[in-house]
Amino acid sequence: MNAPAKGNRGHVLVSKVGLDGHDRGAKVLARMLREEGFEVDYLGVRTTAEQLAQCARSRAVDVVAVSLLSGAHVEVAALVRGALDAAGLPHVPIAIGGLIPAGDIPALRASGVASVFTPGQADAGPQAISAAMDDLVSQARAAVQEG
Amino acid sequence: MIAAPEEQGLIAWLRNAAGKVSVQAESESASTSARLALPTSFPGEGGHRPGSYPFDRGISDRGYLDRPWVMGMYSGYASPRETNARFRALLESGQTGLSIALDLPTQIGIDSDHPLAFGEVGKVGVPINSVDDMLALLDGLPLHQVRQMRSTANAIGPMFLAFVIVALEEMGVDPAAFELFLQNDPLKEFTARGTWVFPPRPSLKLAVDVTEYMARHVPHWRPMQFCGYHIRDAGGTAVEELAVAMANGIAYLDEAIARGLSASEIAPGMYLFLAAGLDIFEEAAKFRAARRLWARILHECYGVPQDRCSIQIFSYTLGGALSAREPANNITRIAYEALAAALGGVQTLATSSWDEAHGLPSAEAANLSLKTQQILAFESGVTKVVDPLGGSHYVEALTDGIESAAAATLADILERGGAVTCIENGHIEDMLADSAWRDYLDQQEGRKIIVGVNYKPSADDPGWKSDFSMPADVAAEAIAGIGATRARRDPAELARALTALEVAAQAGSNTVPTLIAAARARATLGEMTAALAAVYGTHKAGAAA
Repeated sequence: MNAPAKGNRGHVLVSKVGLDGHDRGAKVLARMLREEGFEVDYLGVRTTAEQLAQCARSRAVDVVAVSLLSGAHVEVAALVRGALDAAGLPHVPIAIGGLIPAGDIPALRASGVASVFTPGQADAGPQAISAAMDDLVSQARAAVQEG
Repeated sequence: MIAAPEEQGLIAWLRNAAGKVSVQAESESASTSARLALPTSFPGEGGHRPGSYPFDRGISDRGYLDRPWVMGMYSGYASPRETNARFRALLESGQTGLSIALDLPTQIGIDSDHPLAFGEVGKVGVPINSVDDMLALLDGLPLHQVRQMRSTANAIGPMFLAFVIVALEEMGVDPAAFELFLQNDPLKEFTARGTWVFPPRPSLKLAVDVTEYMARHVPHWRPMQFCGYHIRDAGGTAVEELAVAMANGIAYLDEAIARGLSASEIAPGMYLFLAAGLDIFEEAAKFRAARRLWARILHECYGVPQDRCSIQIFSYTLGGALSAREPANNITRIAYEALAAALGGVQTLATSSWDEAHGLPSAEAANLSLKTQQILAFESGVTKVVDPLGGSHYVEALTDGIESAAAATLADILERGGAVTCIENGHIEDMLADSAWRDYLDQQEGRKIIVGVNYKPSADDPGWKSDFSMPADVAAEAIAGIGATRARRDPAELARALTALEVAAQAGSNTVPTLIAAARARATLGEMTAALAAVYGTHKAGAAA
C-alpha cells in the first residue's frame, strides 16, 4: 500500500444541498473519508448551491460530494454545477449519491456531474468509494495544472 | 436551561430506575448479554394485566381481540388532486387511516413558488400552500370512514392545524367525525430529519400552541406525536430512540404545564412514534418498556392518575433496515418488523414499501405493504391473544434492560439541561452520529449481517425498475394554484390577518386563533411562516461536523 499521509489524500466537501434533512449517510461518508485519509468538510443539511460554492472556493477543495434523498437530484445537480462554475471552480468535480435511480444517470452526467453513486453502491465499502474519490481528486488537480 | 425543581426530582427518580438494571443493555439495540434468560421475578408476576398500570402489557385488556391496529400508509405526492386520488384508492383497499406526506417546501414553511422550493415541489409529499390546497386534498373523501388522519407537519404544526380547521368549516364537516393526529414534534427535527424552521425555543412554544388549542377546543384530536423513529433512523440505538423521544416529550409537557395546563389533561393526547426494527424480541420489548417507563414517569413524577398514564404507540417499520441491493428481500424484512410491532402491542402501524431504498414507493409496492399488514392481522393468528410475549423470561428481561438503560440515558440528557439545551449544544446530534458510525463499522466488519449485502450477495441482483413517474408539471400546477388563491382574496383582510398574527406572536399569545383567521383570509403557508419568522427568527443550519 502506498497510501498517502493522513489528511493528504485530497480535500472533499461533503454536503446536503436542497431541503432534504436526512444526513446519516452524509455524516458517515464524511467520517469514513476522514478515516481513509482525506481532508473533509461537512456543511450540514439544507445548504444552498451558492453557500456550497463559496465554501468550496474559500476552502480550496478538490471535490464536492453531494448527498440527496428527496428526489430533487437532477435539479440540484444543475444548480450546484452552475454555482461552482460561477465561482470560478469549473475544474472541481461533483460526486452525487443517495436515492438516485440509475435511469437518472445520463441527465446527471449531462448537467456536469462527474460521478454518480446509486443506492447499493454505498455498500461497496470504504476502499471502493475512496478509490473513486482518488480518481476525482486526480482529475481536479490535473485540470488545475492544465488551466 | 436550569432544571426545574420537578425536573430535579425526575432526574433522581430516573437514576433510581436506571440503577435497578439487571441486564446489561448494549449494542445496536439493547441486547441482553445472557445467552439464556433464567427465571427471575418480573413485573408481570405481580399479576397486573394488560390494560393496567404500568401498561407494559398493553394499553387495553382486549389487545387486538376486537379489531387489529389501525393500518395507515404514509402517502402523498405531486399535487392535492393526485394525492386525493391515491387516498381514495387506499381507502378502497381497506386502509383505515390516512397519513398525509407533505413535500419538503411545505414542511419548512415556504410556498411552491419560493426559489428554495425549486426541484422539491411534490417530490416527497404533497404541497399545501393554502386552505384551497387542503380543500382539494380532502375533496369527496369519506371522512367518517377514516379513523385517523395523520400528518408530518412539525415546524408548521400550528399552520397545518389552521388549514384543517378552516377546510372542515368550509366543507361543513364536524371535527368530531374523525381524529386528527399531528406529528407536531419540531424538536426532533434539529437532531434528525432536518425540517426545522424557527429556532428550538420558539419551535417548542409553537408546538405547545397546538397542544393548548386542541386541549381547549378540539380535545379528541391528538396534538402531538413525540418521535423516536427519526432518532433511530438517524443512527440511534433502541435505547437512544426512547430516551431522546421522551426527553423531547418532557420538554413539551413542561412547557404545557408552565402555561397552566395540567399533565393529566395533556398526557393522554400525546402519542409516541417509534420505529419497528428487525430484532423481533428486542423491538417487542422496546414497545413494552416504552409504555412502562412513560407511565411511571407520568404517574410517579408528574402525579398523573394511573388510568391516564397509558401511551398510545404509532409505529413505522424502520426504513434504515431496508437494503438497496436485492430489494425484494425487503418484503421479508418489512413483514418481520411489522410482526415485532404487533407483538409489542402498538395502536397504529405503517409499513414501508420494499422499493423505498431506491426512491419514492410505487403504487404496487405500497399496496403490497398494506397487504403485508393484512396477512399479519387476519391470517397469522398474532391477534388472538393479548401480550403474547408477556411472561417470557427473555422478553421480560429485555423489557427491564431497555427500560433501565433508557432511564439512564434520559437522566443524562436532563442533567445536561434537557432536550432544548442538548439540541443547542449538539450533544444529541453527536450521540446519534457516533451510534450511526458504530453501526456502519458493524456492517463493514461483518458483525452485523445484511443478507444480500454483506452476506451471500447474489451474483445477478435483479435490481429495481421504477414504475413510478412524477407528473411533469407538478410545480407549475402548484404555482398556478397559489396564483388563483391570491387572485381571489381580499388584500385588506389578508393584511389585517397577518398583522394580527404577528402581534399575537409578539405578545407571546397562542398563535393558533390568529393563524385560523389568516387561513380564512387565504394567507399562504409561506406568508404565515414569514410573519412568525419576523418575530421568532429562523434557525441556521449546523456548522461543520
